[in-house]
Amino acid sequence: MAKVKDVLFDPIFNNNPIALQILGICSALAVTTKLETVVVMALAVTFVNAFSNLSVSLIRTHIPSSVRIVVEMTIIASLVIIADQFIKAYAYDISKQLSIFVGLIITNCIIMGRAEAFALKNPPAISFIDGIGNGIGYSLVLLVVGFFRELFGSGKLFGQTIMVVNTDGGWYVPNGLFLLSPSAFIIIGFVIWGLRTWKPEQVEED
Amino acid sequence: MQDETIGKILTVTLAVCVVCAVLVSAAAVSLNGIQQKNKELDKIKNILIAGDLYEKGQDIEASYRNNVTPVMIELASGNELTEGDFKDDLNVESFDIKEMSKHPEYGKVLTTEQDAIAVKQAPKYMVVYELKSGDKLEKIVLPIFGKGLWSTLYGFMALGSDLKTIRGLTFYEHGETPGLGGEVDNPRWKEQWKGKLAFDDEWNVRISVIKGKVIPGRPEAIHQVDGLSGSTLTTRGLDTLVNYWLGDNGYGPYLSKLRAGGQHGQG
Repeated sequence: MAKVKDVLFDPIFNNNPIALQILGICSALAVTTKLETVVVMALAVTFVNAFSNLSVSLIRTHIPSSVRIVVEMTIIASLVIIADQFIKAYAYDISKQLSIFVGLIITNCIIMGRAEAFALKNPPAISFIDGIGNGIGYSLVLLVVGFFRELFGSGKLFGQTIMVVNTDGGWYVPNGLFLLSPSAFIIIGFVIWGLRTWKPEQVEED
Repeated sequence: MQDETIGKILTVTLAVCVVCAVLVSAAAVSLNGIQQKNKELDKIKNILIAGDLYEKGQDIEASYRNNVTPVMIELASGNELTEGDFKDDLNVESFDIKEMSKHPEYGKVLTTEQDAIAVKQAPKYMVVYELKSGDKLEKIVLPIFGKGLWSTLYGFMALGSDLKTIRGLTFYEHGETPGLGGEVDNPRWKEQWKGKLAFDDEWNVRISVIKGKVIPGRPEAIHQVDGLSGSTLTTRGLDTLVNYWLGDNGYGPYLSKLRAGGQHGQG
């Protein structure tokens, strides 16, 4: 059982896809201006990652290695479309805000990376768990980034006003930088710094 | 490793494609109904918001049915079309601005001079929404769209029964930067449109979205709306698109016919 636990929890702090492997940064910049969109995006990525790992692992012994990337991409793209269709049907307002970024999960390197690095070599059940774990690792960083961007950028959390901004007659002057993509880079930088201070073994040698 | 014969490669890829295709089509087909419904509800909701009829938690469809009459008009002539004039896919219920803009017969390519709103193509027809109480026209909701900074903004503008006073404005689709140009969604910003005069006494379009704040007390203040701070280009786009749609290329001909109709006199 120890292995299952490692596979599930390692991607959260020890081997975080964003903070250590530096994968999936593009969507981490794009969807994190609000926590609401972060949650939907995080769920979608976790779903796609888990099921793409599961499917790739199920047929791993049958995939000819010369076309394995194509096969993996087909599976991932199909799952992304399915996730997108569900979001459009059941979270219409959020799908309008996420627009193209759900579709772009296809190009999220985390998913391809896990299929290549893990699912091709491991049985289905553990691959599925690996997908969930990496999804959580991705989600956690996004939530942290989204938390700071929404709070300081618009004075809100999940759309609920925390600090009344001056345009609505309050005291808080929102920091516009937090609404722009560079701020996500800066926050992710801080997350990586914090993580590597806590776990010095993650520091790369020069 | 695995045996890599051509046969094996083809079998595996084909099988994967078939399974994926079935799953994707199943999801798309089975959810299509709900998605269409969402889109329609969202549009109706925004018509009600522009017309100031929207209340949270109400039955949107019922309110729409009871209060709103959609009317198809031809933009160039300003004529209202009646049921008999409709051909093929020109339809009040399913009228879609994006589809109709590209339609070979019902859309037109805008020339550079015309295309102030930078959308390249626009429909020749539009569906406008009359809000009546009894027989009297209370408000008219006009669909408007045009380019902001990153995206085309789609929305509605409501005019009062004098066909001069703006009663509401809202956008239901845009991709402007949240917090900057995206503040077009801010209720406080939308609120200040209400009561502004779109035209002067000679029926020239006068409404403008200015950079910075409107100075109250000036004679032109009644025609002006504050720009959005930090989004000069979105603001400029808004100013252009509002003027475009009220002008000769937009609803100008239709509005002047309505005025001439007499039943909605000035004041």
